[in-house]
Amino acid sequence: MDGLALFQWFEATTLGTVVRQSIWMFPVIECIHLLALSLLGGTVLTVDMRLLGFGLRSQPSAELARKLQPWMVGALATSISTGILLFLSEAVKCYYSPPFFYKMGLLVLATLFTFTVRRRVAGSAPGKVPLVLVRLTAVASLALWFGVGFSGRWIAFY
Amino acid sequence: MVPFLQWLENTDGSVFIRESLLFYPFVETTHVLTLCLFLGLIAMLDLRLAGLALRGIPVSEVAGKLLPWAFIGFALMATSGLLLFYSSPVKAAANIFFRIKVVMIALAGINALLFHFTIYRRVAAWDNDPAPPARARLAGYASLLLWSGVVICGRMQAYNWFDKGKG
Repeated sequence: MDGLALFQWFEATTLGTVVRQSIWMFPVIECIHLLALSLLGGTVLTVDMRLLGFGLRSQPSAELARKLQPWMVGALATSISTGILLFLSEAVKCYYSPPFFYKMGLLVLATLFTFTVRRRVAGSAPGKVPLVLVRLTAVASLALWFGVGFSGRWIAFY
Repeated sequence: MVPFLQWLENTDGSVFIRESLLFYPFVETTHVLTLCLFLGLIAMLDLRLAGLALRGIPVSEVAGKLLPWAFIGFALMATSGLLLFYSSPVKAAANIFFRIKVVMIALAGINALLFHFTIYRRVAAWDNDPAPPARARLAGYASLLLWSGVVICGRMQAYNWFDKGKG
């Protein structure tokens, strides 16, 4: 099965068809996707800013990351599930959109990075990880998530 | 009002943004992504006020340390938003979602000012409470609801379901 056939199959799924044939479902799902993005961005920024020495810097980063973890995971889960619905409804359009593939690649990288390196670094005791690495982790996290958001918006344009 | 908007729409700047292949998408992307910086950080404070998140951290610290960044986000968002409006003022002004959005932004502003000049003046008395007083919780929930409404209207504006006159 080639790529296009696979994406055509996605678009023909029941979920994809239901969303595509409804006037209001796509916009409503899009709104939830955007609200989840705002919350995800807020939680990611709050912790990354802390790692960079800005914002809530008198709080231990491990504590801050732990407190915001459920909100971040919830926002990410909501973004991904609404994103899947949006994708299924217009999979063939996504197949022809380079930004879509950039976004998916960056999303995988950002998610992996968040739950491995960043989780370890943010959760470490103060001074345990060299400051340069802490700062680099935050910059990488911000760059990856920014890339996801940026390329996501550009699916609409290309 | 409409003659002014029509004049605005025919200025060189408006035509430039509307017809540009790259500038318009960049302005729109800025407008959407600053949601993270503005609404995302405002949401952190709102959730703290509602007693739902960051419970161990003093409210004044969350407000004092995160709001300056949220204001930067607001400046970017308002600037990009004004440019988007400027690119097609007649169509935007006729859109019902745009009108609701403007009202909701005003209400969100009033909510923030009311909070700031009333219950927040006595923040020292409840700064460390995991669940702040009812007035503060209400302000947090109201802010979350109003800003969410603003985002929803902003998104719906693109669909022109109920456009008046010509789109």
